[in-house]
Amino acid sequence: MKQEKFAIAGLQTRSRSEAIGFVLMVAFVAAAPLFIYPVLMMKILCFALFACAFNLLIGYVGLLSFGHALFFGWASYVSAYAAKVWGFTPELAIIAGTLAGAGLGLVAGLVAIRRQGIYFAMITLALAQMMYFFAVQAPFTGGEDGIQAVPRGKLFGLIDLADQTAMYVTVAAIFLGGFLLISRIIHSPFGEVLKAIRENEARAVSLGYKTERYKLLAFVLSAALAGTAGATKALILQLASLTDVHWSMSGEVVLMTLVGGLGTVFGPVVGAYVIIGMQNYLAQFGQWVTVIQGVIFVVCVLLFRRGIVGELAALLRIRL
Amino acid sequence: MKRVIGFAAVALALSCGSVQAQWSDGVIKIGVMNDMSGTYADLSGPGSVLAARMAVEDFGAEKKGMKVEILGADHQNKPDVGSNVVRTWIDVDKVDVIVDVPTSSVALAVNEIVREKNKVFLISGAAASNLTGDKCSPNTVHWTYDTWSLANGTGNAIVKTGGKNWFFLTADYAFGHALERDTAAVVEKNGGKVVGKVRHPFPGTDFSSFLLQAQASKAQIIGLANAGSDTINSIKQASEFGIVKGGQNLAALLAFITDVHALGLPTAQGLIMTEAWYWDLNDNNREFAKKFAPQNKGVHPTMVHAGVYSAVMHYLKALEALKSDADGKAVVEKMKSIPTEDKLFGKGEIRADGRHIHPMYLFEVKKPAESKGAWDYYKLRATIPANEAFRPLKDGGCPLVKS
Amino acid sequence: MIEIFGIPSQALFGQLLLGLINGSFYALLSLGLAVIFGLLNIINFTHGAQYMMGAFAAFFLLNYLGLNYWLALIVAPAIVAATGAIIERLFLRHLYHLDHLYGLLLTFGLALIIQGLFRNQFGSSGIPYPIPEALRGGQNLGFMFLPNYRAWVIVLSLTVCIATWFVIERTRLGAYLRAATENPTLVRAFGINVPRMITLTYAFGVGLAALAGVMAAPIYSVNPLMGADLIIVVFAVVVIGGMGSIMGAIVTGFMLGIVEGLTKVFFPEASNTVIFVIMVIVLLIRPAGLFGRTA
Repeated sequence: MKQEKFAIAGLQTRSRSEAIGFVLMVAFVAAAPLFIYPVLMMKILCFALFACAFNLLIGYVGLLSFGHALFFGWASYVSAYAAKVWGFTPELAIIAGTLAGAGLGLVAGLVAIRRQGIYFAMITLALAQMMYFFAVQAPFTGGEDGIQAVPRGKLFGLIDLADQTAMYVTVAAIFLGGFLLISRIIHSPFGEVLKAIRENEARAVSLGYKTERYKLLAFVLSAALAGTAGATKALILQLASLTDVHWSMSGEVVLMTLVGGLGTVFGPVVGAYVIIGMQNYLAQFGQWVTVIQGVIFVVCVLLFRRGIVGELAALLRIRL
Repeated sequence: MKRVIGFAAVALALSCGSVQAQWSDGVIKIGVMNDMSGTYADLSGPGSVLAARMAVEDFGAEKKGMKVEILGADHQNKPDVGSNVVRTWIDVDKVDVIVDVPTSSVALAVNEIVREKNKVFLISGAAASNLTGDKCSPNTVHWTYDTWSLANGTGNAIVKTGGKNWFFLTADYAFGHALERDTAAVVEKNGGKVVGKVRHPFPGTDFSSFLLQAQASKAQIIGLANAGSDTINSIKQASEFGIVKGGQNLAALLAFITDVHALGLPTAQGLIMTEAWYWDLNDNNREFAKKFAPQNKGVHPTMVHAGVYSAVMHYLKALEALKSDADGKAVVEKMKSIPTEDKLFGKGEIRADGRHIHPMYLFEVKKPAESKGAWDYYKLRATIPANEAFRPLKDGGCPLVKS
Repeated sequence: MIEIFGIPSQALFGQLLLGLINGSFYALLSLGLAVIFGLLNIINFTHGAQYMMGAFAAFFLLNYLGLNYWLALIVAPAIVAATGAIIERLFLRHLYHLDHLYGLLLTFGLALIIQGLFRNQFGSSGIPYPIPEALRGGQNLGFMFLPNYRAWVIVLSLTVCIATWFVIERTRLGAYLRAATENPTLVRAFGINVPRMITLTYAFGVGLAALAGVMAAPIYSVNPLMGADLIIVVFAVVVIGGMGSIMGAIVTGFMLGIVEGLTKVFFPEASNTVIFVIMVIVLLIRPAGLFGRTA
């Protein structure tokens, strides 16, 4: 049985179309607050970064993590706690969150990469669920209440982030920085090895690569960036809650990446925009959101495996 | 609000500064936010929107030239969904007051946003007593009940009627711990004893193991410091394991009439619980229920619905006196300065910490034979007078009280 | 009275028995997953939703058709199995030539749809389902009061598990099934309709989940989200056992039920995480699981 591999539109080199796409994206991010409620747009940017981090694993290493909420959610707890209780400045709180994501990624990665494929997905899900229960019980997460009224603080002790514009610029900078970092990783020699592992792990092993180490490092990087996204979200919404560590959040990030296009550079960003936008638009139909998400999942898997950006790239015969 | 200049086109800016008529943007917007589809949908949900609408009608807002609009939203019991809705309501839709909000976690999040944006927050559904304690806000009124009043009502009454030895079955998260702590304090103050406790995972499905531990403790009373489906399942399984038949009694520390309805009288009979309002308590309540139930799929009003009605009524009264809804703090100030009075909660007051003061009632669930039909579920065992029903002002640690 | 770690041994027996009851559900569910995985190579994320559908089917049968528990025990799994067959024909069939992970994503999406629809219709507070007349009450075993219904759960679950094991490992039908897993082309050459066999296998696995749902209905009340969290625990059970053998799935299910039951006595705070902790330990020591073959 010949099997179609997971990522379809993988990148070999940094292309001109990608550069143009990046410029368009920057322009959109800069102009968005004029016509989109800024808090919503900031939330979208966080999820876009989260989805990009997730895509690094699924799209370029072929590992489907079903527990990425673990890193996103716990990083948001750590950053919220650091900002509120220890009085960290926002940049330090976000760094603390990122480190927490990386640390958890290292531990979870060591366990999870012992198995492949479906098992990997189930193990990451189970680990995330375990940490979810821990978050419910642990006193410092505030359990059901979460960590509330997190101060946005002063960036570098100077710029007051309670100011919506300052906050927006900060979030946009974090997102674009993260995005460029991921793009750099993908195009580096390290990224090439990852893609080799995705295509044929046995072959990569026979070529002398210690694939376990590469996979682990990719996992930690992905977890750390998911952590950055979660930490930033906690400061924007001034809240860290159980929603962010729940399995449905892990499912959502898979959905975003799938809708946008697995293994495409811009796919996760588009996917995050579509899914979060939809959730916001459908907020008054609250209970229908899960059903609609399920339908999108099914439709994507059956008919639309390349995702929005993947289809677009195939149509225009470019790499995105 | 002054800080959004950066986004000229954002609708936010519209509400600031401009000269306004009596009501900001010409209409009083009431946002009823609660659980429209989940565990708490029956005890709050669409019924609370209905209660708010009835309050506006009964107040006669239209005749008084007040244009009132009611919005409803589902917070799905998630604080981030809730704060998202409230931010958008206030910034974009110009909502003036947020009402109901069961689920303490969401209420605590909304409490902060409303304070920051200087609007009004009328809580009916949420239980956390720190909303009028260390988290109290000059923009918030906590109307119906709280964990302290439930613990106090139930704990007090049971110990006085001889239930001295307690065992707690506690949901293992902040809310469960708080409920257990408050009740244990009351039990011990009244000369009772806590002989043991066990913490069950939240949310739980199988309580048999914990119930067996409770049974082995030989305690007279098993206090259920949990809520929602956890409480329902513990009561069900307790009846399965013959715990009540074996001579032990269950005390639900947070339960609603809708929970009793879901359990059915054969399972729920004998259960003791505290509530702030019951539809069959007097003629006014019965009349309200008669009008309410047919519009709410037959579900009778709970204390949360009644609280929404009463709170909205008082809010409108304050607006009428103040002739403005722009400054949330001023509105709540006014609400505190005029005494409360309406047909459902009678006479009362709102304290400096935002706590609405009224009597609480201790009920026992009827035996199937005693009930005359659907929703005839409670026997009144005691009335806790208003001055004893709530936590004394000085014990809450609310910063507003000192000044 | 003899005490073990400060707990009277009699109380301990009671807890072991309760653990065995919960283990019954784990065993049935992980068995269904193992059967489906064995032939289709798909991890059925819809399993939790199908468990819930089993409970709802029993509820509908009782309230709209007046069919009692005993009939529901057969009819409800059959109905849910039929919906399973439709799912296999309509959706899963198109994914066999793709990466297995697509099967996981598709069934996850289906689970969201099914659970969402039931939640919209029935809310999430749960609907009571009465314990059948004949199984009310209980036995005083001296060390504990055992409700008759719970005893029935253990007996029925063990019977179904062993019967399934027997069919798959010891009969000709089972031999075809196992052969089709290894080499479908060869089995087709013997004149066996492999696609139909796949459909029926999926339906059977789903039916096991639904049966567990019917059994759970009187104890846990019928709730649209009853399977949502459970499926993750069952996944962990599956990882611990390894997908190697049918017996492995059964034994692991019961065993972990007991371990969880003991945790509820000695360290109740950890009772919902203990299975995940065991999973981590097993993965570190035996990555293929307790009964798994290394691929």
